[in-house]
Amino acid sequence: MSEGLYNTSAKDFDQTLDLTKIKPYGDTMNDGKTQLSFTLPVPAGDEAIEAAKQLLRQMGFDNPQVVFHKELTEGFTFFNCYGSYTKTIDYTKIHVPKVSSVKWGMDETDEFIKEHIGRKIVVVGASTGSDAHTVGIDAIMNMKGFAGRFGLERYSMFEAINMGSQVPNEELIAKGIEVNADALLVSQTVTQKDVHIKNMVELVEMLEAEGLRDKVILCAGGPRISHELAKELGYDAGFGMNTYADDVASFIAQEMEKRKNNK
Amino acid sequence: MQKSKVGIDFTKVQHARDVAGKIAAEVQQFVDNYTTVAVERTLCRLVGIDNVDDTDTPLPNVLVDDLKNKNVLEHGALFFLGNAIIETGQTPQQLAERVASESLDITSFPFHTREEVAKALQPYVDASIKQIVEKRQKREHYLETIGEGSRPYLYVIVATGNIYEDVVQAQAAARQGADIIAVIRTTGQSLLDYVPYGATTEGFGGTYATQENFRIMRNALDKVGEEVGRYIRLCNYCSGLCMPEIAAMGALEGLDVMLNDALYGILFRDINMQRTMVDQFMSRTINGFAGVIINTGEDNYLTTADAVEEAHTVLASDIINEQLALLAGLPKEQMGLGHAFEMDPELENGFLFELAQAQMTREIFPKAPLKYMPPTKFMTGNIFRGHLQDALFNMIGIWTSQGLQLLGMPTEAIHTPFMSDRYLSIENAKYIFNNMKNIGDEVEFKEDGIIQTRAKEVLDKTIALLEELQEEGLFTAIEKGIFGNVKRAKTGGKGLAGVSMKGEHYYNPFISIMNPQHETRNTK
Repeated sequence: MSEGLYNTSAKDFDQTLDLTKIKPYGDTMNDGKTQLSFTLPVPAGDEAIEAAKQLLRQMGFDNPQVVFHKELTEGFTFFNCYGSYTKTIDYTKIHVPKVSSVKWGMDETDEFIKEHIGRKIVVVGASTGSDAHTVGIDAIMNMKGFAGRFGLERYSMFEAINMGSQVPNEELIAKGIEVNADALLVSQTVTQKDVHIKNMVELVEMLEAEGLRDKVILCAGGPRISHELAKELGYDAGFGMNTYADDVASFIAQEMEKRKNNK
Repeated sequence: MQKSKVGIDFTKVQHARDVAGKIAAEVQQFVDNYTTVAVERTLCRLVGIDNVDDTDTPLPNVLVDDLKNKNVLEHGALFFLGNAIIETGQTPQQLAERVASESLDITSFPFHTREEVAKALQPYVDASIKQIVEKRQKREHYLETIGEGSRPYLYVIVATGNIYEDVVQAQAAARQGADIIAVIRTTGQSLLDYVPYGATTEGFGGTYATQENFRIMRNALDKVGEEVGRYIRLCNYCSGLCMPEIAAMGALEGLDVMLNDALYGILFRDINMQRTMVDQFMSRTINGFAGVIINTGEDNYLTTADAVEEAHTVLASDIINEQLALLAGLPKEQMGLGHAFEMDPELENGFLFELAQAQMTREIFPKAPLKYMPPTKFMTGNIFRGHLQDALFNMIGIWTSQGLQLLGMPTEAIHTPFMSDRYLSIENAKYIFNNMKNIGDEVEFKEDGIIQTRAKEVLDKTIALLEELQEEGLFTAIEKGIFGNVKRAKTGGKGLAGVSMKGEHYYNPFISIMNPQHETRNTK
């Protein structure tokens, strides 16, 4: 139990930061310290603890410690563990696609649209498929917004139509055509068994079949959505956790202007 | 006179109830004149019609759709079944099977008198009433013999999609200390206009509510309850388009708790308000009779509206829901009125405002097993802070004697709970409930301090809102977006086509059996 705990012996590893070889940080550079918790389908006991340690070694951890364990129900044991990770990542080689727009506040975005687009931008949003959650689309679209960021309804230069939850892709497209939408926003909260991927791909395919894909700005949002994933699925942008209406509004305004000038 | 810790004036509370009573009476006046396809399917189930046809369509749907297509839904399913029983001597199940195989026109028989129809149906009505009473007695027997957990009951969800996997998770949760197991329904079931049949092993974000799934889980919980020496309650969802049908299935299978709130369906599932108000009355009548605790969904208002600014809409809705439930014969002891701990954790003194709201709600509904919902809106993926938010929520739960404590999970907003998430949540609640057990008896609040001031303010706003609602009527108020900032039209939403004015032959004996007060009130 005490291996490594309160260890005062000299650290025998290089303690200088090298961005080509980074690893987790506990309290000393390159100590690799990591906390993990998981459940194993075995009863509690010495064998269970040993199994957890072996698992950690297999994951690439040195000095694995099981600091807490508890049998949750017969045959299932929960572990809290620490270990020192052995492998490294080259941080300098990392490239993550990002939404390239500059993030503005509401007034700035409204002003930009007035000046460069000259009319209101029409946005239709929905939580599509069987997804009953409105929390995401409401946070982006409703007047009140979320966490102090007003939603698109509050913007004077957006015409925001929130169709709510459980909207079939067909209805979202039909609404888009009806109101001549500039942008479509799709919210996906439920991601069990990757249902969101299937649903998002279906929308792109249907838009393409209707010849509409290039005529609208297509955005996806939700806790499990990244910009990278959205791009991969054929969307113009993806908005994940900790993004708000102002991120979406700035992106749409700037993308509209970009498309207008390319014509 | 009851003494209020939060300094509210109980004559004001009585006034709020009187106003809400008028609002509810107006809704009830509408409800009494209508039936729906869901109510009629419920009656089919209550006279023993079950199973599906060769296209997997439930037989209650087959029969009721047939009546609807023939434009005779207004007379109700039981009237036609009664006539057919008299003429053929067959059971409702046999008759429904023949309608499904198209070898029978259920509307083709001569009309008999109401007394004759009633007499023909009597044995089938008696049989389901007997089964419901037996299930209720079984629960009461368990409560007297093995007992139950202390309040607030620890309420956790299972949601694997597979009823057999749910059983494993539910039994594990019971062994860890859970008192109520809710089997979350699969996404989208509330919008199905039928109840699927049989045991199911596939679902998204939850498991289908079916009568067989109810039976499987109830048996599993009986077993684990005997093992841990504590009755474990089973919760499901009688909301959406099959509200009263699911109430009937739950009553027949011994469920203990049901989410049951028309307002929730109107606002958050876009179900037509006329349809669901009629459905709700029937479902609450059944739940009341079966001893089922209902849960209302006011907590959801705070997922779209701000918890500080809109707290009074939650309380107003609770007061209306109480009055609507009373009209359906549901006793106060079965009213799990909903509210929630949903204020922004960054808010200064937010805990005091939450405490004021919870204590005030407790005092206004002293008999109700209030349903207290954990933080969800401001759960961020920071599981460590999330666990603390849940701890603060648990403190208020024990402090203000809530009835049903829906345990928050540190991994809220990330995934449906792992076995370990549930364990950590139960440990959190048990630690706090034990460690702070009598804090509510020991601590009083400063006169005209932050807590008392907040409670008085919310009550005053609640009364103003109720008065406004009384003037406009509930339906019109919903059209204007008064709850949860969500607007719904009286003729919009799903399910309106299934609503019908009751015709001259309409017959439903279950209301007077299950809620005798209703008949007395109506004949006055």
